[in-house]
Amino acid sequence: MRMSSTTSAATGAAASSAPARRGLLLRMLPAPLYTGRARALLERSAMVYSRAWLVFVSGVVEPLLYLLAFQVGFGKLVEEVTGPGGQTMNYVAFVAPALLAASAMNGAVFDSTFNVFFKFRYNKTYDAMLATPLGPLDIALGEIGWAVLRGGLYAVAFLGVMAGFGLATSPWALLLVPVALLVSFAFAAIGMVCATFLKSPSQFDFVQLAVMPMFLLSTTFYPLSVYPEPLQYAVQCLPLYHGVELTRGLAVGVLDVSMLGHVAYLLVLAAAGAYFTAKRLAGLLLR
Amino acid sequence: MAAAPMVEAKALVKRFGNVEAVRGIDVQVRTGEAFGFLGPNGAGKSSTMRMIASTSPRSDGDLRVLGMDPDVDGPRIRARLGSVPQQDTLDTELTVRQNLQIYGRYFGMSRAAVRRKATELMEFAQLSDRADDPVDTLSGGMKRRLTIARSLVNDPDLLLLDEPTTGLDPQARHMLWDRLFRLKAGGVTLLITSHYMDEVEQLCDRLVVMDDARIVAEGSPSELIARYSTREVLELRFPPGEQGGVAERVAELGERVEELPDRVLVYTGDGERALEQVHGRDVRPVSSLVRRSTLEDVFLRLTGRTLVD
Ligand SMILES: Nc1ncnc2c1ncn2[C@@H]1O[C@H](COP(=O)(O)OP(=O)(O)OP(=O)(O)O)[C@@H](O)[C@H]1O
Ligand SMILES: [Mg+2]
Repeated sequence: MRMSSTTSAATGAAASSAPARRGLLLRMLPAPLYTGRARALLERSAMVYSRAWLVFVSGVVEPLLYLLAFQVGFGKLVEEVTGPGGQTMNYVAFVAPALLAASAMNGAVFDSTFNVFFKFRYNKTYDAMLATPLGPLDIALGEIGWAVLRGGLYAVAFLGVMAGFGLATSPWALLLVPVALLVSFAFAAIGMVCATFLKSPSQFDFVQLAVMPMFLLSTTFYPLSVYPEPLQYAVQCLPLYHGVELTRGLAVGVLDVSMLGHVAYLLVLAAAGAYFTAKRLAGLLLR
Repeated sequence: MAAAPMVEAKALVKRFGNVEAVRGIDVQVRTGEAFGFLGPNGAGKSSTMRMIASTSPRSDGDLRVLGMDPDVDGPRIRARLGSVPQQDTLDTELTVRQNLQIYGRYFGMSRAAVRRKATELMEFAQLSDRADDPVDTLSGGMKRRLTIARSLVNDPDLLLLDEPTTGLDPQARHMLWDRLFRLKAGGVTLLITSHYMDEVEQLCDRLVVMDDARIVAEGSPSELIARYSTREVLELRFPPGEQGGVAERVAELGERVEELPDRVLVYTGDGERALEQVHGRDVRPVSSLVRRSTLEDVFLRLTGRTLVD
């Protein structure tokens, strides 16, 4: 129980005073909210998952199974469909990029609701962090960042398989990866805000209730033109719709200006989600 | 470090909705001293500690910690604090060692530094042999020791300990006291809340007694005892149901007499003499005890209640 002299008091300040890095975010946001140490949370997640890496494998495999099912199943039934730019295209090639976007959404929502909920409600993980220099926005960005990293990993695997099946026909398809990161970010951010409102695990059904229709309706399996006009406007409000538009267009190399709008939509969602998550955490934990 | 106090609170208030947890307290903690908060459940000790720890914004009044305002400089203050919350907040998804390492990383310490520190602190907490066990598998007292070890990871200037020894066995308690003495000798300022009189008497240079969200007394343990109690106390115990009327019969044998559900306390300069007089009056307790006054007696005097019911 003897301590070495390195603990001799009152000197720690130097090692652990305010963070040195001063990024743009750091200067824009009020200091108590963000201290630029979100990376520490990524490190924590890496520690946790270093013993549970199998979860990753399942995350990679699941969307691939979907793809395979379409390749051998539906592909035979539905041959052609009108794709981006009015071109007719192979049905599986039409669905695959949408599945990529949808799996980015699913992974992010799962990560940011389930995982965050338990840390937040039961484990007091964030209370402990907030007793250190970390601020609530560090926590939000750190947790969202982990969901994004996972989303990126899955997207790379998925894209590889798409290319293998000959479903990605344009070099623009490489941009599917950053798009998947953006979709992950937006959904993780929104998911995390929602997680702060959940009171008990049974309320995860509400999350499913929101995610499932979004998955089915966001032009994932058929083009927007299938819907009657008023419904089209409703579908265009769904966040996943914008992700799907981006991935589908890029996969076949049909680009247009509206893509900037889709990106902007997702960026706003991401920023708003991160900000309100931080606000919620501050309001609930720093009382 | 200049003469600026470590913690300075003026008319500090904390409200939770309609509940006033802290009703305008003034506190000054000097650099290098050990300062105690003593009070019964719900007195507002933890609420005060959390405001000082910069994890709970004040509702009113003024507060400076390390010369800074927690509302503005929370992260910079917390960088120099160590905090043992009343309830453990260990990371249940990580092992003992990982808990210490990642906590250091939250403070921005280098990987090499946190590795070294984790090893050292596990030694201190006598958890080295459990280093790679998940936190879940530790006993309550071990978790408490780990929480305390974790609070030291950043070599804090100010250490906040909210009932640090709850759940610790006597040996672990004394070990912690010893460790706190040494930290104090090294210049660390200590803030301690406790229900244990002996702990506060042993550790604290000064303390405040809180009751019902206010400070009711302030001073060193010996000052408080001298001011609010007598040198000695005579405790008289009676069989159940036979205590009635005793307090009146012995009333003038001490400066003050307190009646508790299970005993009568006679406050006097000379307990033995008072006991003789009690016997002389044909009052027959089943047992009697003469002891010196403690902070418990101070508290009883100030609030009319015992600290631990
Ligand atoms: N987060 C909270 N929300 C609402 N009320 C609270 C909260 N925290 C504390 N209180 C109330 O504030 C009052 C003071 O509580 P506090 O925890 O500060 O007391 P304490 O002196 O630490 O008590 P104990 O010895 O039991 O730990 C209590 O009435 C309590 O119910
Ligand atoms: Mg308390």
